[in-house]
Amino acid sequence: MAKPIDLNLDHVANLARLDLTPEERARFSTQLGDVLAYMAQLNEVDVSGVEPTAHAFPVVNVWAEDVPEPGLSVEDALRNAPERRDAMFVVPKVVE
Amino acid sequence: MPCSSSPRWSSRRSPEAVSEELYYSTISELSRLLGRRELSAVELMRAVIERTKKVDGRVGAFNSFDEADALAQARASDERRSKARGDGAAAPSRPLEGIPVGIKDVISVAGQPLTASSRMLARFVSPYDATVTLKLREAGATCWGRLNLDEFAMGSSTENSAFGVTSNPWDLERVPGGSSGGSAAAVAAGEAVAALGSDTGGSIRQPAALCNVVGLKPTYGRVSRYGLIAFASSLDQIGPFARSVGDAAWVLGAIAGHDRRDSTSVKAEVPDYHGGMAALADSGRKWRLGIPKEYFGEGLDSEVGAAVEAAIGEYRGLGCEVREVSLPHTRYAVAAYYIIATAECSSNLARYDGVRYGSRSGGATDALDIYFRSRAEGFGPEVKRRIILGTYVLSSGYYDAYYLRAQKVRTLIRRDFLEAFTQVDAILTPTSPTPAFRKGEKAADPLAMYLNDIYTIGVNLAGLPAISIPCGFTRGGLPIGLQLIGQPFRETELLAIAGAYEGHTDWRTRRPRL
Repeated sequence: MAKPIDLNLDHVANLARLDLTPEERARFSTQLGDVLAYMAQLNEVDVSGVEPTAHAFPVVNVWAEDVPEPGLSVEDALRNAPERRDAMFVVPKVVE
Repeated sequence: MPCSSSPRWSSRRSPEAVSEELYYSTISELSRLLGRRELSAVELMRAVIERTKKVDGRVGAFNSFDEADALAQARASDERRSKARGDGAAAPSRPLEGIPVGIKDVISVAGQPLTASSRMLARFVSPYDATVTLKLREAGATCWGRLNLDEFAMGSSTENSAFGVTSNPWDLERVPGGSSGGSAAAVAAGEAVAALGSDTGGSIRQPAALCNVVGLKPTYGRVSRYGLIAFASSLDQIGPFARSVGDAAWVLGAIAGHDRRDSTSVKAEVPDYHGGMAALADSGRKWRLGIPKEYFGEGLDSEVGAAVEAAIGEYRGLGCEVREVSLPHTRYAVAAYYIIATAECSSNLARYDGVRYGSRSGGATDALDIYFRSRAEGFGPEVKRRIILGTYVLSSGYYDAYYLRAQKVRTLIRRDFLEAFTQVDAILTPTSPTPAFRKGEKAADPLAMYLNDIYTIGVNLAGLPAISIPCGFTRGGLPIGLQLIGQPFRETELLAIAGAYEGHTDWRTRRPRL
């Protein structure tokens, strides 16, 4: 397993689209270092030949009839928008 | 009418006795009074509102409540009851009719705030009802208030809420547990008759144990997650808090069932849990209980250990067969859990981008900037830590070493339980290694906080049902909880086993001084 020292906070925070303050960087680095060191004990477990479990009770091929039904109204869908105009979400300009 | 019969499992005390105050009564007691017209749903709701106004300044269980809406629901319940009587129809068995049920602020209630105790959703209003909310309404319950939690259900103390810390009603200097700390505290303090919470790694059972109430995590897939704000989708499950095992059975019966809106909900018939547990008690069946030695080692508080040992003795006295079982991978559960749960959370919380809903930073100048700044301003420290950790264990080069390995260990943990269940009907453990800790005691040390979940998270990894019931108090007067873990989709047996102990003890009837 990777050593805790491999945790590149800048890289991971960028992947997560999350700005961290310098204080958060320093604090998380120590705290997550402890947590990752603790997690390293999973290396002791012999997992050869063991299948991974993603779900305790996997339900596969859940089919549903493709029937139109009423959904949220435009007004309801926009009700929690941070910024809106008419029937649209407003965001800063994304294309030049 | 199930409400009027005296269930055998509580025969040692008179089930007819109504508790000291309306707001401390059980669903069984209240539904009998409501059915006889000795109490109206509006009177009951008023008593609960009054109690909440009196104590919640100290307890802090609620993020918000809508008094007018609750009273309107209660009035509608009284009208339904009058109409059913006027029509001459036989009164249907509707134990939740008119009962105020508190809702964790992570479950949608149409038209009400849905904050997840996060600044990110401080102004969010639910556009629709969660399936469990709809089902509670169909059962006649009054959906009551928005109960505090650790932000996005991430924590074990309710200290991670953006809107204030909930206090343990038994000692206001201590935490109620978490993440469903508001739900547990509200039921313990008489601010709701029952409540819904969600349990990803113990978030129903641990606060139930720390607040002297009953908390049930159903089998994964038993209850629809539609309308529950997602934390870790392969682990999350909604369940009840209640003042008795029988009450938990009533609420589970109302909210369980397949839902086409949640593709992980299971197509299995919903049994009559309450009737089923009474029938099992009548059958005189002798249960086989497993005691996993790995749950009684280092880190277990001596008073908690002694109370659980006493409970084991009580079960022996009831004629149950008690034997030691082994869950050899227990020591790896916390590590596996915090890899899987944070991985899923980092994915689920990617949706909070400040674009279509949730808070948006005012300073953003372009699209990417909206993401970075809105998430930095909207999320609290624990949520950020988990997003970082989850993103890391899923990132290129680390996925196999962390995430995939944790999923394989999950398989081994699940096998341990299924192997144990070839010998026993249920597994008995402490719910939490310690009683309620002081506010701030573990807040600066995430790993110490994570280790507090050691007895509850294996259950989520294996998808099993489990219940925490009151089993004693420390010398200092803090509640202690007993956990019973059952086999998949066999909640009726689990409830019957829990009810057998509850019927021979009176821990659940003790009330905090407030």
